[in-house]
This record gives sequence, C-alpha cells and structure tokens, in this order.
Amino acid sequence: MASTVTLSVARYRPEKESEPTFQTYEIPFRKDWVVLDALNYVKDTMDGSLSYRWSCRMGVCGSCGMKVNGTPKLTCATFLSDYLPGPIRVEPLDNFPVVRDLVVDLTDFIRKLKQVKPWIVRKEEKPLAEGEYLQTPAELDAYKQFSMCINCMLCYSACPIYGLEPSFIGPAAIALAQRYNLDSRDQGASERLKLMSEDDGIWQCTFVGECTEVCPKHVDPAGAIQQYKLSGASQWVKSLLLPWGTR
Amino acid sequence: MLKRITPLLWLLFSAGGTVAAFFLPIHLLLTGLAFPLGWLEAPPYESLHRLLMHPVTRLYLLVLISLPLFHWAHRFRYTLYDGLQLKHLTVLIAVLCYGTALAGTAMAAYLLWTIP
Amino acid sequence: MGQVAAAPVGYTVKSEPHYTLYHPRWYRRRMSVWWWLHNRAYTFFVLREITSIFVAFASLLYLWQVRALLQGPQAYEGFLARLKTPLFLTLDTVALLFVLFHAITWFNLTPKAMVVRMGGRRVPDWAIIGVNYAAWIVLSGAVAFALLRG
Repeated sequence: MASTVTLSVARYRPEKESEPTFQTYEIPFRKDWVVLDALNYVKDTMDGSLSYRWSCRMGVCGSCGMKVNGTPKLTCATFLSDYLPGPIRVEPLDNFPVVRDLVVDLTDFIRKLKQVKPWIVRKEEKPLAEGEYLQTPAELDAYKQFSMCINCMLCYSACPIYGLEPSFIGPAAIALAQRYNLDSRDQGASERLKLMSEDDGIWQCTFVGECTEVCPKHVDPAGAIQQYKLSGASQWVKSLLLPWGTR
Repeated sequence: MLKRITPLLWLLFSAGGTVAAFFLPIHLLLTGLAFPLGWLEAPPYESLHRLLMHPVTRLYLLVLISLPLFHWAHRFRYTLYDGLQLKHLTVLIAVLCYGTALAGTAMAAYLLWTIP
Repeated sequence: MGQVAAAPVGYTVKSEPHYTLYHPRWYRRRMSVWWWLHNRAYTFFVLREITSIFVAFASLLYLWQVRALLQGPQAYEGFLARLKTPLFLTLDTVALLFVLFHAITWFNLTPKAMVVRMGGRRVPDWAIIGVNYAAWIVLSGAVAFALLRG
C-alpha cells in the first residue's frame, strides 16, 4: 500500500494571476480517506490559502462538487484508493465562472431554479378546514426519483450543451420542474411549460446523457427531460387540435 | 417562428428515428448488400412493380423516405449548432435542413402519386 | 485592518474604498471546438448524431430506387448495376453499420422517454427495450418476406 499520494490541485488567485495554475501536494494516503479529507488535510497542515466549498461530508448537501481526474464528482464520496497510484487532479466544476481556486459561482443556476417555480403551484388553494392534500404511494412514486436532487451541479458541469449555450436552463432545473409537474398536488404544469418551450428550454437538450451518468443521487435528469419533451409535444398537439380546451 | 413549431419538429424527429430504426437496417441489408452481392435472389422487376401498384406500398414508401429525412434534418441542425458552434448561421442551417427534408418528401409524394 | 494588499493584475487603482480592489475577477473558461474529443462519452454522442447523415443517405437511396422503378425496366437495371459498383457497396456497408448503430442506441434510449405505467408500477427498462427488439425482428421479417416473395 502506498504511504503518500500526490494531489494536483487547480489554483486561481485573481489578485495574483490572470489564469489558473496547478499546485501539487504530497499527502499521506489513508485507505478510508476521500478527496475531501485530502483537501482538508492540505488546508489544515500545508496550505491554508486553498479555497473550496464543503459542508455535510456525507453526500446530501451538494456543496463539495468538483472535477476529480476530469469527471465531476462529490469529493466527499470519492475515495483516494480508487485513484491510485495518482497523481489525482482536482479542478473546479466546468461551465461555471471560477471565483477562486476550486470555488465556482452558481448564481446562474439559482436564477434558473427560481424561474422554473420549484414549488406546489395551485390555481386554488384548498381551505385549511378541508385538511391535507392526500397522496397515494403510486402518486408519490411518479415523481420521487426527481425529488432526490441535492443541487450539486455535477450535471451542469457534465452537460456540453450548457457549456456551449450558457442560457440553456439545464438538467437539474428541468428535472426539478418535472418533479413538480408530476406531483399530484401541483397544478402549475402549463405555467412551467411556457418557460420550457423557450429556445433555451427543453428543446435545447440533445440527450447526450452525461448528466444522468454523473448524478450522485440517481435522479436521471436526462430521462426527466425526454419525458418532458414528450409531454410538451403532446400538450402542443392537444392545444392545436382542441384550441378551446382549457386546463 | 421556428420556436412555435419546435414541438412538431421534435415529433417528426422522433417518428423519423423510429421508422429509421425499425425499417432501414433490413432494407439496407437486402437492397444494398444481399441482392447486389447475390447472397439472396433479387426480386425481378415485375414483382417489385406489382408491389408498387398497391396503395399501401406507396404509403409505406412515402413514410420510409420522408420521415427519416426529417429525423436527419433536426438532428443534423443541432449537430452543426453544437458541434461546429455555427450559431450565427442558425436560420440558414434550419432552412437548408428542413428545406431538404421537405423537398425529398415532395419528390417522393409526386413520384408515388402521379406516376401510374 | 489597515493593511492594503496589492491590486488585482491589470487593475488601475483609483481613489476609492479599499474593498473595491477585490472586485471579483472571475475566470471564465471557453469551450474548445474539439470539446467532443475530450472524453469517450462525448465522442460516442457525436458518432450517434452523425448516424443521421447515413439515415438520410438511405432515405435518398430509396427515393432513387422508387424513381428508377417507375421509369421502367431499363432504368431499374441501371440502378441495380450502380448498386453493384465498389463505391456503392462500400457506401452501403458503412451506411448499414451506422444505421444499425442508430437503431441500437435508439431502442436502448426509448424507455427513458416513454415511461409506461401498468398497475401503478413503472414497467422496467429492459422490458420496453425487449419489446422494441422483438418488434424490430418481426417487422424486418415482414419486409424481407414482402420483398423476397414478390
């Protein structure tokens, strides 16, 4: 078993340089360490200036997304032992502006997420006296997979369409919109479809499928988008054939 | 304008892809390889002509020629857009792609319906 | 407090509060035209998209065949002779390979777009893919039968 491993970390200090560089650190190898442990070791003992995001260290908060050897991963769930003998390359997520070192700016995604209205939209609220909205296990099953998204942005980093066309709404936002469309309590599908039918909506997606490959929570955003295309197209046909019909 | 018919273009793409997936391989295998190379007895002109007289065959051929062309048009348009990043030519590309598909469909329809 | 660090590279210092010296200079990476060669999955995707060119080629081949058929036996003989040339045999082989690639990737991706629910549970992907391949065999058989029987 190796006793040390080399980490090659992307650095970007806007006050010092105009382009990112790589800095190597030789860290002890522990077979139960993940990349996040390695980064924390570097920051604690070797280089306190290294900047990166992390929080729960158990794969539920979505903060620690970075590229490890070119693939977007949650660093709290990526074991060093899978990358022996190294060196292990750690870079910030693709397709987002780099603020510093491994920290990227996610404002674009937050803005898009708000636009898709990821909440229960009702035409009429049920009065409190009538009690809760009831939902059968089958109805829950219809959207549960898409509700697992932790907003980690690995899918945006993997999506080449988002890289080529930054105005594309993107996999997570569309999957979350579909999560609410398929929720039996929601009545906002037509509102969301208006936004999704724009040039940067679902029709930009060409089903590369990498978003689903990298998703750590098995949300399958690619599947969500294709299903959305099918329902969007049938909605369009219905509106053409039955223009007087309202939802 | 294209934005308003995008769902239709996607439906044509899907239908075309399905027709292409189910029917093109066997046609290519037979007409392109098996018959010219003599692996199988090529059907004589008379029997093919007789098949063609049937209106169902003509409809089938129209679908076989037209829908895959629309599948190509939509997919190729996005390939040029994403692969070669030719965004500034987006309208021209769309016109050339869907225009070719329409032209192919029109020619197939003309041949299959006007010639006895 | 009270310490002013160096201004960002290329920034001209004006007489403003010190915090504006650290206005973010975010690094925006540009995507290269060869992005699709950067990893296997992207290359596979572009190859899959390129199959559409051969789908169109096959389509136009049948348009040509129909035209030749309708023009009479001599025209059709000319068409058949053209198909026997090495050029067309090569083109047809390459086209067949790409069209098969299209068909296989298309069937494998169908369950992602079409979710079928029966009895409250989602039909598993392999079942939908299986139905597709079965239909493919049946339909191919029907076409072959129609062409060979005459």
